[in-house]
Amino acid sequence: MAKLKIIVSATSLFCVRIEWALKLKGLEYELIFEDWSKGKSELLLKSNPAHKKIPVLLDDGVAIAESKVILEYIDEKWKGGDLYPLLPQDPCERAQARFWAQFADDKCLFGTWGACCAEDALEKEKAVEAALESFTYLEKQIEGKKFFAGDKIGYLDLVVGWIPHWLGILEEIGGMKILDAERFPSLHEWAQNFVEIPLIKECLPPRDKLVNRLSLVRSSAPNKP
Amino acid sequence: MAEEVILLDFWPSPFAMRVGIALREKGVEFDLREEDLSNKSPLLLKMNPVHKKVPVLVHNGKPVCESLVIVEYIDETWVRRCPLLPSDPYERACARFWADYVETKTYSAARKVWPSTGEAQEVAKKEFIECLKVLEGELGDKAYFGGERFGYVDVSLVPLYSWFYALEASANFSVAEECPKLVAWAKRCMQRESVAKSLPDQYKVYEYMLELKKKIRAQ
Repeated sequence: MAKLKIIVSATSLFCVRIEWALKLKGLEYELIFEDWSKGKSELLLKSNPAHKKIPVLLDDGVAIAESKVILEYIDEKWKGGDLYPLLPQDPCERAQARFWAQFADDKCLFGTWGACCAEDALEKEKAVEAALESFTYLEKQIEGKKFFAGDKIGYLDLVVGWIPHWLGILEEIGGMKILDAERFPSLHEWAQNFVEIPLIKECLPPRDKLVNRLSLVRSSAPNKP
Repeated sequence: MAEEVILLDFWPSPFAMRVGIALREKGVEFDLREEDLSNKSPLLLKMNPVHKKVPVLVHNGKPVCESLVIVEYIDETWVRRCPLLPSDPYERACARFWADYVETKTYSAARKVWPSTGEAQEVAKKEFIECLKVLEGELGDKAYFGGERFGYVDVSLVPLYSWFYALEASANFSVAEECPKLVAWAKRCMQRESVAKSLPDQYKVYEYMLELKKKIRAQ
């Protein structure tokens, strides 16, 4: 029985980050799926009372919540030797990775979600403009590199890893276009390289499940995807 | 080797205060440069082109932005003195979790309290007090959030203490009445030179808030 468990939902882009990190470290884990039709489980409410949100990593029963906090925990607990590093060693480079991870979540991800949910045409146009501006910054960060972390994927790639699989669906259900290959050629190429990596690909939820779930969340309340 | 450390600051900003506290805890000599946010310096615009906000730490010409990112950078760069994060991975995760709670829930709740009025202010005040109570619960009977030692979570939250009077006066409540242990913790932190030197006087912040309210009303 795995000592590492993750409380997840089948479609959450935040949860898949954790799976990717554990796979990169070569760690075995078990998934505990939340069933949203039954409301939040006792285990989730007990493990993350402050936010009541997934993902939560359970390491031998001890709970760690907030996806970026979990990523750093995984990187710091399983490090050295042959173990795959998620963050660089140099403090300046680490600060850069953390800065862009925060930016990507606050502006690119929530910007896209806001644009997706906007019903009013003018509101949507403004939201898309803002999202495009944030993606321009991301494009500059990936220019000239295969992955955000360099030759191999790292922390920032995992944090923006929602883009190749989730963004297209958000564009579709939100009636908008953000990741244009002509406007963002480097980001577009990165996206294609990223999802081709086997351990990345094998964690991606089926597209139709994702479309259903995101459409439902969008219509019910502007919430986290 | 000469180190050049510049902090681009704005005195009422609790985010900038965090960086001041961290640098002073580590005994780092730094050049404190006060920004006029209505007339941002070329250095600020060059060093933080993405957000154009303070605080920015410029270390030997290289910028670090976002207050909690800067605090971690400081902790990882000046390692010999006063570690702000613990060494155990789980305790580090707890510290980062609670600093994130302070950042995403508590500060954003506080920001809604002072500019609002009437029913909206009552809702904002309730949300803010709830956040403080959660934090007080997490603190428990410990001296600091991490235990016996002043650390990362304390640095992330204590600047808000300088805004308590302004928030209380604008929304008619008392943090000391709602969360006495939290106020006791804040006063304990204020006994540290790093905190006392980095936090402005509460009345000065109150007057600043009044000025800001006037400007908002005029717009």
